[in-house]
Amino acid sequence: MTVTSDRPTPTDAPLGTPAPKRFAGLLKTRELGIVLALALLVAYTAIDNPRFLSGQSIRDNLLNTAILAVMATGQAIVVITRNIDLSVGSVLGISAFAVATMMSNNQDLPMIVALLAGLAIGAVAGLLNGVLVRYGKVPALVVTLGTLYIYRGITYSWAGGSQVNADELPGNFLTFANDSLLGIPWLVLIALVVIAAGSVMMRNYRIGRELYAIGSSPAAAELAGIKVARNLLSAFVISGALAGLAGVLYAARFGTVDAAAGNGYELNVVAAVVVGGVAVFGGSGSVWGAALGALLLTVIGSALAVLDINQFWQQAIVGALIILAICADRLVAFRIARSLRKRDAHV
Amino acid sequence: MLRSPRTLLSVTSAALLVAGLTACSGTTKDSASTSSGGGQSAAAADPNAAVKEGLKIAFLPKQLNNPYSDVETGGGKVAVEELKGEYKLVGPNDASASSQVSYINTLIQQQQDVIVVAANDPNAVCPSLNQARAAKIKVITFDSDASKDCRDAFINQATTQGIGESLAKMALEQAGGEGEIAVLSATPNATNQNSWIKVMQEELKKPEYAKLKLVKVAYGNDDDQKSFQEAQGLLQSYPNLKAIVAPTTVGIAAAARYISSSSYKGKVAVTGLGLPNQMREYVKNDTVKKFALWNPADIGYLAAFAGANMASGKITGAEGEKFTAGKLGEYTIGADGEIVLGPPTEFTKENIDQFNF
Repeated sequence: MTVTSDRPTPTDAPLGTPAPKRFAGLLKTRELGIVLALALLVAYTAIDNPRFLSGQSIRDNLLNTAILAVMATGQAIVVITRNIDLSVGSVLGISAFAVATMMSNNQDLPMIVALLAGLAIGAVAGLLNGVLVRYGKVPALVVTLGTLYIYRGITYSWAGGSQVNADELPGNFLTFANDSLLGIPWLVLIALVVIAAGSVMMRNYRIGRELYAIGSSPAAAELAGIKVARNLLSAFVISGALAGLAGVLYAARFGTVDAAAGNGYELNVVAAVVVGGVAVFGGSGSVWGAALGALLLTVIGSALAVLDINQFWQQAIVGALIILAICADRLVAFRIARSLRKRDAHV
Repeated sequence: MLRSPRTLLSVTSAALLVAGLTACSGTTKDSASTSSGGGQSAAAADPNAAVKEGLKIAFLPKQLNNPYSDVETGGGKVAVEELKGEYKLVGPNDASASSQVSYINTLIQQQQDVIVVAANDPNAVCPSLNQARAAKIKVITFDSDASKDCRDAFINQATTQGIGESLAKMALEQAGGEGEIAVLSATPNATNQNSWIKVMQEELKKPEYAKLKLVKVAYGNDDDQKSFQEAQGLLQSYPNLKAIVAPTTVGIAAAARYISSSSYKGKVAVTGLGLPNQMREYVKNDTVKKFALWNPADIGYLAAFAGANMASGKITGAEGEKFTAGKLGEYTIGADGEIVLGPPTEFTKENIDQFNF
């Protein structure tokens, strides 16, 4: 899995150009698989209950996906560098509570201040993760597991048992979750901008290609002169900031925020990323694939509720999907390795 | 070498078991006679005894940092201040079965007069509570009961029957007397919610509910996102739904938030059990007309008074004894040492601003 088709080699593709066509085709099958699964699921559910395709329902599904997709974008970037950020649920919690408290104390603050505050809180949390991972030389799994508890603990000790209720939040903050621009809800719009920006950054910009290179082979990336430290810190800051942003969206959407907000979300996010075809060993996968994974998991949740399926099955189905995704991942890696071997043999 | 620690362990546990059994075997009356609080020698209840000042009353909720528990213990604090006692609050950070045991042991060592506890598990805390009672500490349970042979009295927020009936009544009212209703509960294995729903289902079989049809019980797992999705699922699967009844604070707030921001507003009613602060917004914007809950502050308040009366020897926990609980008035102890707080309070647009919890 460390062998990736998405990594351009210096000889035949300069940094910043898409991967060679032959391998891109292979990779695309993974995202295509998700799209197919999604289409099948929606079709089946819609046949059972046509209202699943009503405007309200589509809107609900997109709104439900928005928060998860924003976090999945950040997580995908971190996972591509062969790291993981388990603290995102707690970062969402601390950001949601901080911003909700700030907004309830200052009723006149515009929404943009709330969004920026969330981004800033998350970025600081992400920076700490990055510093510990890079300079503490501790695996990201352990560091972010630690900060998961630290950030949650801070939120608990700050919030105590209190919660911020909908009636304490300013009206413009609450309506932000439902208002739309040109028919698209703000939440969905924000998620789309984040996904698009993340995709373009990872695909076409130097930093993105370097992050893929780091994930493929950290040692080789270092030897090739890539500034690994700076890039890793950026990846964690992005992931933290997006989790912080998700916290603001969470507060606006649900209106009730206590210290437990976002508890356990990190696993949903990792699941979305893995189902979305981002390899857990880094170096391959895409941001928009992760976003599709988030959409698929959310639609599964909604569809099972509509189809009247026992909710215990839902977890089992998500688990099966993760395993399926990893199997597909192995298969693709195997085929790439074989084709590379063949090519080398001929040269 | 390998055996000795085990032997020690089994001896200790056997000793604990014996201690527990002796404490358990005593009826409420016997234990009262052996453990009249504060050294006052009253063999039976002495209704004329004065409630003592300076009693050390400790609260041990299921877990700290839970908004609901905080309101309960907050009411207890007010009562302890009125009683001129010493208030103490301790508790674990997680609501697991055994997490309270070490706190009970500490409270015993601190020689509290009363321990007011919401048991995370009816049996796991029993040995420790019986040690406390052996040390002449009065044990009052609230919120969720411990086994009845290891506590002196239980403050029941409302009977299961009362809550189930109240839910059915509100559903009928909010659905406009007929039509489809659905329940949005917590987790599928939540004990409280399941027993309330069961009573509600029994209630719906009565003739006055004949036109009401409970179409589905959905579970939102007390998670906002999941409750949103389940509410959405209900509305899509049952387009004629008249009301959603959510007997959980997270569920009712999530359902109200979802409906208030969707095209279903005004068509589907939301009711159930909720916290006034959490629901104020949705009551004021007319998404929710009426919901109910016992006043959690009153539970803690009543528990503190019951404990103080017991530690003063005024009551022993036997059925039929009466005592006065400050502003709440007079209470009579029911069978098995149960003290029922009263019917749940109903909240509407008119009265919601009088409540702050």
